[in-house]
Amino acid sequence: MKIFQLFAAGLCVALPISAYAQDKPELTIYTYDSFVSDWGPGPAVEKAFEETCECDLKLVAAGDGAALLSRVLLEGERTDADIVLGLDTNITARATETGLFAPYGKAPSYLDVPIPWEDKIFLPYDWGYFAFVYDNTKLSDVPDSFEALIAAPDDLKIVIQDPRSSTPGLGLLLWVKTAYGDRAPEIWEKLEPKILTVTKGWSEAYGMFTEGEADMVLSYTTSPAYHIIAEDDHTKSAASFKEGHYMQIEVAGKLASSDQQELADDFLKFMTSPKFQDIIPTTNWMYPAVFPYSGLPAGFETLITPTESLIVDPIEAEKTRDAALAEWLTALSQ
Amino acid sequence: MANRTQPIRPIHFIAGGGAFALLLVLTIGTVIAVWTHAEIGSGLSSSDWSAVRFTLSQAFVSASVSIVLAIPVARALARRKFRGRALMVSFLGAPFILPAIVAVLGIVAVWGRSGWVSQAIAPFGFSPLNIYGYFGVVFAHVFFNLPLATRLLLQGWLSIPAEHFRLCAQLDMSPSEIGKHLERPMLWSVLPGAFLLVFLLCISSFAVVLALGGGPRATTVELAIYQALRFDFDLSKAALLAVVQFGLCTSVALACIFIAKPTNFAFGLDRPPERWDGKGTFHIICDSISLILLTLFLFLPLLALFIRGLIPIAHLPIKIYAAALNSVVIAVGSAMLTIVMSLALAALIIRIARRRKRISQIVEGLGFLTLAASPFVIGTGLFIIINPYISPFAVALPVTALINAAMSLPFALRIILPAMTRAEDHYGTLGDSLGMERWTRFRIAIWPRLKRPIGFAAGLSAALSMGDLGVIALFAPPDIETLPLMMYRLMAAYQLKMASGVALLLISLSLILFWLFDRGGQLEHHTR
Repeated sequence: MKIFQLFAAGLCVALPISAYAQDKPELTIYTYDSFVSDWGPGPAVEKAFEETCECDLKLVAAGDGAALLSRVLLEGERTDADIVLGLDTNITARATETGLFAPYGKAPSYLDVPIPWEDKIFLPYDWGYFAFVYDNTKLSDVPDSFEALIAAPDDLKIVIQDPRSSTPGLGLLLWVKTAYGDRAPEIWEKLEPKILTVTKGWSEAYGMFTEGEADMVLSYTTSPAYHIIAEDDHTKSAASFKEGHYMQIEVAGKLASSDQQELADDFLKFMTSPKFQDIIPTTNWMYPAVFPYSGLPAGFETLITPTESLIVDPIEAEKTRDAALAEWLTALSQ
Repeated sequence: MANRTQPIRPIHFIAGGGAFALLLVLTIGTVIAVWTHAEIGSGLSSSDWSAVRFTLSQAFVSASVSIVLAIPVARALARRKFRGRALMVSFLGAPFILPAIVAVLGIVAVWGRSGWVSQAIAPFGFSPLNIYGYFGVVFAHVFFNLPLATRLLLQGWLSIPAEHFRLCAQLDMSPSEIGKHLERPMLWSVLPGAFLLVFLLCISSFAVVLALGGGPRATTVELAIYQALRFDFDLSKAALLAVVQFGLCTSVALACIFIAKPTNFAFGLDRPPERWDGKGTFHIICDSISLILLTLFLFLPLLALFIRGLIPIAHLPIKIYAAALNSVVIAVGSAMLTIVMSLALAALIIRIARRRKRISQIVEGLGFLTLAASPFVIGTGLFIIINPYISPFAVALPVTALINAAMSLPFALRIILPAMTRAEDHYGTLGDSLGMERWTRFRIAIWPRLKRPIGFAAGLSAALSMGDLGVIALFAPPDIETLPLMMYRLMAAYQLKMASGVALLLISLSLILFWLFDRGGQLEHHTR
């Protein structure tokens, strides 16, 4: 019977869940896992904002990309979230359409995002380029375009992410579509023999790449910066593609249902200030929306700069998405 | 049925019925919740139907291969005694309880393009192995489920009374005659259930298929559900797909339950079986080969994970202890719930079976329902049900324990029900004829025969719950982490080395929990 006593004890520990009282106003932000983790920007951002706001900032990991939006849709107007941070321009049109988000006011004039910023609802906090990352000690003949990748030897294998479950995966879908238009299905069909596998998310793909399973992995041009700065490992590089590189701009928006409208506005202002922005490069490993006065951290200067930035505007992305996905499915299912 | 002395008491209806109702709410109730919450609606597309076809085909192949391979292995384990056998049987639970992504990385480290095997054969001019695609999916599923199938079949072998084997030896029967008279009837009663379990597990597979499937050709219904829920936010389609998945699983479940033939072994004195057969060289070689291959196939990836995690595990942050405690608490709580629910259900099923065989089979079949259910739909549905009344964050741990318990109920029921049936039929009858009181009857006649399966089921359930990510991800409040959640967050933040340390800790804790429960069930019981 000892086993049952153990069970009972276990359950008693599990039941009383943190129900703490709070006098300070609380600002709840829904974001993605890697943002809130100890190695992400979360802890530093929380500390910096709480120093100025007389409030309690709560960062909740609620999925990434489309899943984050679905979570807010699921909760509807009852949601606890005041701000959603971590959508990108590929789904902001859909997010705007839901009517759940409210305008943030005036865009700061000093944004370092490579495109003019016109969105009144979502404000960018960082951005980056998608790219194929490789090990420069193993791969010597680095493809410099999708065509070159297709023409590469048969044993060169890439790992990509599924556009249905991952933000980079969706980015690649739009990258090929933007660069090749009607030729996109043909590119995918020819690319198929090079694709070792398609993973659910970025982590699995990147894990397989670092294990040496694949020669290249879909990631960001800024990924090598992590290895250089955090690990002093100079073996990872991003391949520069002649077609240009598709951009991801990550944004945050305030919910209309929030009971902390002013505080939410304060946070969005804080988000484009140096206190937030300076944290981004070496925690989220992306380009900040506003570059630090002192310049980007050492190591970032070694990264490739795409000759052309590709991006479709949110409304166009929303229109192309389903058709591009259908093409992708057909091309890779043959 | 000879036994009419055991009435269905109210307690059986309340406890069993309660467990049954809870199952229905979690499975069908959540689908309805998701359905009614839907605003837009779209039917199934052609790619959804090809997902259905792929799901069925890979699950059928994976389950068949697992079961066929499990037969020689289980027989070898049943009739051989060797040093380390107990440890090997305990470790058989390991692959099954690994979180999918950890297992995939382990498999890749050994069998992948740059894995141990590819490197070992490279000097001989072989090109690297390619395990991606349809083969990879089946390979990974066999890795996960062969041990489970082996354990289930081994349980079947152990259920043959020792006296039967002694009688066979006295009659000088050959191994093939023993096969005909004892093993084949036993297999007919155990195989369909084992096949069904593995089949259902492979149907709802998601992460494995995505990582090793090689592309969108390998799309399962579960992935289509994920897409509908998270990518398109098309709740009605998610509900529709969930219903399709129920339909598929139910038809296979019914087929298996009707194929299964109950065994008719006389009852023995519960002595540990002594085996006089299979002493020939041929049989010894066969058994040794099966066991060695199993060891290599299963334990190499585990070894790879162990080696990889060994250094990082020493450098884990302090927060890991809180996460580990949360995981253990959820696991133990859900194991306890699983056992209570499956005992209640099993008692009810056995008592209904005495009167209405068909109805009891349907109840038993519905006990498998959670395997056919999509964790994504359960999570989302429960979220929709709970959210208007109470913040889902506030009940994260209990809800996770509850859902995990429901998810492991099918295994527990599969393990406990046959044991309880046998105990009731053999010893329960004896207890009744001796006029034993209810509690005494349970303590002396039933419990000693249930201890071992209960221990195994509790261990399995605890370990399954440890490795589960699905539900907690939807409910977890910001300040509560579990080990799998932490591992994923580390991986997402480039901390792959540290993540492998967490993975090793997760595997170790799962195994320890499993071992403690499993061992606890096998301790000597004094019936005097």
